[in-house]
Amino acid sequence: MDRVIVTAAGILTIGWIVWFFLFSKKKQYRAAVSSGIQEVFIRVKGGYDPDVIVAKAGKPLRLVFKREEEASCTEMVVFGAFNKSAKLPPYEEVVVELLPEKPGEYDFSCQMGMIRGKLIVEE
Amino acid sequence: MKEQIIPSATTGVSGEHKGEVRIELPVTGMTCASCTATIEKALASMDGVREATINFATQRAFVSYDPGRVRVARIINVIKESGYDVGSEKITLKIKGMTCASCVRKVEDALKGSPGVVRAEVNLGSESASVEFLPSMTTIESLRQVIESTGYRTETEPSPTREEDSKTREYRTLLRRFIVAALISVPVIVVSYPKFFPVLKDMDMETLRLLWIGASILTLPALVYSGSSFFTGAVAAFRHRAADMNTLIALGTGMAWLFSTVVVLFPGLFPENAREPYFDVVSVVIALVVLGQALELRAKGKTSEAIKKLMGLQAKTARVVREGAEVDIPIEEVLVGDTVVVRPGEKIPVDGVIIDGRSSVDESMLTGEPLPAEKQAGDEVIGGTINKTGAFRFKATKVGKDTALAQIIKMVQEAQGSKAPIQRLADTVSGYFVPAVMVIAVTSFVLWYDLGPEPRIILALLGAVTTLIVACPCALGLATPTSLMIGVGKAAENGILIRNGEAIQVASALDTVVLDKTGTITVGKPTLTDVIVKEGASEQDIVRFAASLEKNSEHPLAEAILQGAEARGTVPSEPGDFEAIPGHGVEGIVDGKRISLGNRKLMERVGADLDLFEKDSHRLADEGKTPIFVAVDGRAAGVIAVSDPLKDDSVEAINGLKGLGVDVVMITGDNRRTAEAIARRVGIDRVLAEVLPEDKAREVKKLQLEGRKVAFVGDGINDAPALARADVGMAIGTGTDVAIEASDITLIKGSLLGIQAAISISKATMKNVRENLFGAFFYNTALVPVAAGILYPVWGITMNPILAGAAMAMSSVTVVSNANRLRFLKVR
Repeated sequence: MDRVIVTAAGILTIGWIVWFFLFSKKKQYRAAVSSGIQEVFIRVKGGYDPDVIVAKAGKPLRLVFKREEEASCTEMVVFGAFNKSAKLPPYEEVVVELLPEKPGEYDFSCQMGMIRGKLIVEE
Repeated sequence: MKEQIIPSATTGVSGEHKGEVRIELPVTGMTCASCTATIEKALASMDGVREATINFATQRAFVSYDPGRVRVARIINVIKESGYDVGSEKITLKIKGMTCASCVRKVEDALKGSPGVVRAEVNLGSESASVEFLPSMTTIESLRQVIESTGYRTETEPSPTREEDSKTREYRTLLRRFIVAALISVPVIVVSYPKFFPVLKDMDMETLRLLWIGASILTLPALVYSGSSFFTGAVAAFRHRAADMNTLIALGTGMAWLFSTVVVLFPGLFPENAREPYFDVVSVVIALVVLGQALELRAKGKTSEAIKKLMGLQAKTARVVREGAEVDIPIEEVLVGDTVVVRPGEKIPVDGVIIDGRSSVDESMLTGEPLPAEKQAGDEVIGGTINKTGAFRFKATKVGKDTALAQIIKMVQEAQGSKAPIQRLADTVSGYFVPAVMVIAVTSFVLWYDLGPEPRIILALLGAVTTLIVACPCALGLATPTSLMIGVGKAAENGILIRNGEAIQVASALDTVVLDKTGTITVGKPTLTDVIVKEGASEQDIVRFAASLEKNSEHPLAEAILQGAEARGTVPSEPGDFEAIPGHGVEGIVDGKRISLGNRKLMERVGADLDLFEKDSHRLADEGKTPIFVAVDGRAAGVIAVSDPLKDDSVEAINGLKGLGVDVVMITGDNRRTAEAIARRVGIDRVLAEVLPEDKAREVKKLQLEGRKVAFVGDGINDAPALARADVGMAIGTGTDVAIEASDITLIKGSLLGIQAAISISKATMKNVRENLFGAFFYNTALVPVAAGILYPVWGITMNPILAGAAMAMSSVTVVSNANRLRFLKVR
């Protein structure tokens, strides 16, 4: 009997892990637009907050990062598709400016790719 | 526009209306009076701006606005958006003596209210103020005075040291955490294995249980202090629906602690043989992993050594002539056009051109060239290099972030932060890695519980915990970036600037290098060597005809001919009806005669018979000289030869490239015979001669169609399309011209030896990356299943969770240490 319960619980847990980490919908944050520029403030602490950013194509995008920790994992943010990266000194605001031209989904991450965010560019 | 005098810039001087502020901002980048309208319109349309006017002559914007509705920073942004700049700079000043939040306010207000300050933010935690200011309106010194006027002390804080500080702090924190966890581990291990210790082994179960409850409480600090970053990290990641290394360690140690505590508090819930706790796993694993992180951080610090060295090259002060007197000023305040004085043994502060004096300058730190360069009036000097023997004065041409050194630093930093295509696989894998490990851990638990021997619950728990702990996503993530950082840094130390990780990866796989002849293999300064005349024309006349036609030409050979004419004492006259025929030569009327000057094709075109010159021109070409024919009124009258000496190290460099197994191809617009003579002399087998400049890119493409990975090496100015077309474009730069746009790799020292060095470094770096990636993949794919218990059914082997912790801690340290081996790479 206990084996059945453990097995069932195990299968449920696996299902939940797969759903939660890979398939669940993350909250999206839409970049605010003012006079032609889209701007988002991103807090960096063990992750990017917000980590899913929705922006419009063709308009310059200013991402203001502020790293609120000293752990070295997050000391760099890399936008591979844009060939841009920035060092994030602790407790300092660092601006990364991008011009997203093509709609699509672009990942950004720390240098090691462990901490990730996603930039969704829409028409 | 009416001239008005405005007391100051962003001081918040009241305007004509209440609650309104009028500011004055310097605008840069305005080239025409019509630009003013663009900015004025953009500013006036802003919410909160009442009036905006621009004075084109003084390059100033005057804006009246309501500070309640719009901020200065926003106004500056709008100016930037219209395509201009206000030239603001950012600086961080360290402030000493602030004790409370109200001090922060005081300093901030003082800064914000001072002229030229756009934005000021004071941070009590880091004891610093970050200030955005307009250098044209205020100086760093006066900002410092503003802060000191509020009663606090300031210190300048160059950013590399600050970063250093935060690294050192983190290292110390990690060490402290390790020590705490290690100290806790000692008694915890003792009580966990009572049968090995004399007094404990005779204790009864009840006394032991009390000791174990003690161990449970004792390991709490190891969890909440030493292991705090794992838990906070895991929670932060969880909130983002993500999981990382922290998640794994937090889950592993958390589960072990929770289970052990339940066991000692409620032993009745478990079978007789499953009542032992595993507190030792908790504290020892945390100690090991934290120690691993500390070692990794130390090793990672070494990876950025190259950039630190470059930053250290920057001079702190400069001696500048101001109002007739020599004054020492901070380097940040040197302006373009300043006259800078440098004495023997001093560092040259910024880039410039020598006005008077001569000296030898050690440029090895930037170019890797060990011999000092002789400099005299008119020569370029580079900031950060060291003046050896003489004293001189120079005019600053590039300052601040425009100097060669600043650009090199920026380029190296950008390259170090970029990604190599090889990393894509690791990136994709690491996205699924942690959830996958969690799934394996759960599966392991279920299988042990359902099918394993007794005590099932213990073995199931250990299987899951060991799986979680042994998996090391960090090694995967570290593998590529660490090696890249060192490779790019190593290259920079040798005067090679690599634009990004992709360039390194492609450069490591090159099989063909195309070298431009002029200026790359040869010095690029041709001279007139021979003049041969027939049919009664005089040598003087032929040279004069040639020089007259070349008078207005931009062809590289023109200068050689003009200098040759000067040496022969002839004065060129103004040509009439001048025409340049690309790929052929030039034509025009001199002294009433129609003169054609050019190659064989031009002679054929004008119908000149070259029979008389055939032998001579072949001989000249075979000597590696470029014969140029002169025809007068359609009849061949003479041939002049121009020769461009080889660079000293071209032969050595080309041999070196062949040694790397790379095919070397020479490309030139010169005639085939001359080109082949030069190719023979330097040992090149394949020659693409008589190629028009605009066709170089097409020749590169042809080579690529042969299935080759091609590097094109040129001077970066005329060869931009070919550089861009090649798999790797290498520009040979000289002096302060370092950031050549079209190139993937820039060789600062104008020597071909840099190509070999660049390829060797790229190969070594990519080899290192592959070793790391292989190691990380192998480690995880081998050990995760073993930890889960895959070897148990056949061989009865399981993994001890403490061993798993040690392996995990070592794996990322190993990756970083392996990357560090690259630092000792011998170039050449």
